[in-house]
Amino acid sequence: MDLKLKALKKSLWVYHVSSGSCNNCDIEILDLLTPRFDVERFGIILAGSPRHADVLLCTGIVNKKCVERVKEVYEQTPKPCVVVAVGACACSGGIFRDGYQMAGPLDKIIPVHVYIPGCPPKPEAIIAGIVKFLKELK
Amino acid sequence: MANKKVIVPIGPYHPLLEEPEYFQLYCDGEKVIDAEWIAGYNHRGIEKLSESKHWDQVTFLVERICGICSTSHPIAYCNAVEDLAGIEIPERAKYIRNIIGELERLHSHLLWVGLAGHFLGYNTVFMWAWKYREGILDMFEMITGNRNHYAMLKIGGVRRDIEDEDIPVLKKTLEEIRGKIQMLTEAVLDDPVLAARLKGIGVLTKEDIKNYGAVGPVARASGVDIDVRKDDSYAGYNLVEWKVITTENGDVFDKAVVRLLECFESIKIIEQSLDAIKGKKGEICKEVREIPEGEGIGRHEAPRGEVFHYVRSDGSNRPVRHKIRAPSYVNIPTFKASCIGETISDVCIILAGVDPCYCCTERIAVYDKDKNKKMYSFEDLVKKSIEKTEEIKKETGEESKLWKKLL
Amino acid sequence: MIEKLKEKLKDIIKDIKIHNERRIYLTIDKNDLKRAASIIFKDMGARYQIVSGIDNFNNYELLYHFSFDKEGGIIVSLKTFIEKEKPEIESLTNLIPGIAWIEREIWELLGINFIGHPDLKHFLLREDWDKNLYPLRKGVKTDGK
Repeated sequence: MDLKLKALKKSLWVYHVSSGSCNNCDIEILDLLTPRFDVERFGIILAGSPRHADVLLCTGIVNKKCVERVKEVYEQTPKPCVVVAVGACACSGGIFRDGYQMAGPLDKIIPVHVYIPGCPPKPEAIIAGIVKFLKELK
Repeated sequence: MANKKVIVPIGPYHPLLEEPEYFQLYCDGEKVIDAEWIAGYNHRGIEKLSESKHWDQVTFLVERICGICSTSHPIAYCNAVEDLAGIEIPERAKYIRNIIGELERLHSHLLWVGLAGHFLGYNTVFMWAWKYREGILDMFEMITGNRNHYAMLKIGGVRRDIEDEDIPVLKKTLEEIRGKIQMLTEAVLDDPVLAARLKGIGVLTKEDIKNYGAVGPVARASGVDIDVRKDDSYAGYNLVEWKVITTENGDVFDKAVVRLLECFESIKIIEQSLDAIKGKKGEICKEVREIPEGEGIGRHEAPRGEVFHYVRSDGSNRPVRHKIRAPSYVNIPTFKASCIGETISDVCIILAGVDPCYCCTERIAVYDKDKNKKMYSFEDLVKKSIEKTEEIKKETGEESKLWKKLL
Repeated sequence: MIEKLKEKLKDIIKDIKIHNERRIYLTIDKNDLKRAASIIFKDMGARYQIVSGIDNFNNYELLYHFSFDKEGGIIVSLKTFIEKEKPEIESLTNLIPGIAWIEREIWELLGINFIGHPDLKHFLLREDWDKNLYPLRKGVKTDGK
């Protein structure tokens, strides 16, 4: 297990899961690819399918319609994987906490390893969150 | 100071859920014969939540309906409550609402340009558009403290003022962005490959626009001259000079042109509004104690079209009913008229032409009509779209000049 | 505008409320809805905007909003009331194709049946959502209980 985690630190393939978000966090994540932040120089690449992913970046409250999909994506991702809850909605439900479509914040559906709060968290905050986690792995 | 290096991204990027599909297209060979849209993946029960929050809290709630048009909903909501209670906001607040609304239009259109470029295979355009969009987000941060979800609006006015010392920096950034968009517009209008690719595709007639109640650039590209800022003017839009952009053909090319040209009008509005508040002092918010019983309707011309809010009050401190209609709700159904009969390789860009809220475009799947089997996923559709662009480049024998103009 | 509306809809209008120069609310009977909508949408050329549904304590209320963009940005809303015992009304999809979605949404969230709608099925909620739970009704709490 340790060996795999060490391997994880080299180059991260990230898969983005959005389940009932307002898209702001999603756009800040896409912003990470753009020239200003450009995370590709750190080897962080967006994967096309959860089967290639090391990290799941999840945004949004988990909508009742999305619950099965989120679980399925988690099952498909090879373990060990890191689940990152990006944004206030994924961390705790945010402002939509009391709604009738809320199937619970992300950690009720799948295990979460990193929480990055903010509405939306700035791209710098997302990078800082991931880097902090990588340091913890040491 | 501009970064001369061209960054070519490696790797696919469809950073959205693979399934469930939003759009289901049924096809016969390469032609689309029917389409259906499945919704609900983003439904968060906001209208019901509204009823449990008091009037000022709802402003924060509606901001989070959509991240791209974050301030459109608060503006429309505040217009609705101000309509209900008959409140007239102070003049300085009107200009500040102008500025925030138009800056949002700029950032949204640039975002769209980037995505459209990506769907057509011009990934440089994606990187480039989003890079210059950062300049606008910096302006937002300077004025409001956040890149998105600005929390600037309040019933009766705005919450924060713009300082005089910030105005020269804002104007300078605007000037730079104007230059860049100018470059892009010229490149798009001249490019023979884009013309071959986008003209005549996804045409919506005036009749289609009427039947679906479509609004915004989608309607204006088909020659229907509607714009809430002129027709039912609010904030400071009737205090500044600008014009509504319309074109005649209603195809995807026209939709792109309308959006690009609108950016210039937005810049004009922002500059005039900044000049109007510079060096002056004034109230930015009227104190509102109570919302009386009644009903009100407010609207705003968001980057995608008319946002409509209806509120009803019974005199208490919460809304009894809050109905929200985003422009994509009336724009997306037009796919019934614009996609049927078109080929699969064009579907991507036709749907993007309507500029649905970003998450919606990504979930498309194509089914064979007889076998009812899924044939193509969204990545496949984007690939097909890019392949078509390459084919056209070969046929016309021309290199797209877009690359050269942007470098 | 008020005069024009009064003239075209003379025997249909039950009540007119003029909130201000740009907001007019006309109360009509639900059986006259199709005729009134046809006059406003087709004859007078207004733009269809959306339909709002409200749960009042003793009835349901539907407001059909139309905009007269070039005549001063006036919004004319047609109000109809529907009794709670039998919540149904005629669908306007033949007249306005774009109205299909909102009628599905109102059916799903408020429980009003639209007679003649070609495709009344779940739109926003899950397929296996509790059939008797209509989230926008007043008896239902915010979290759906």
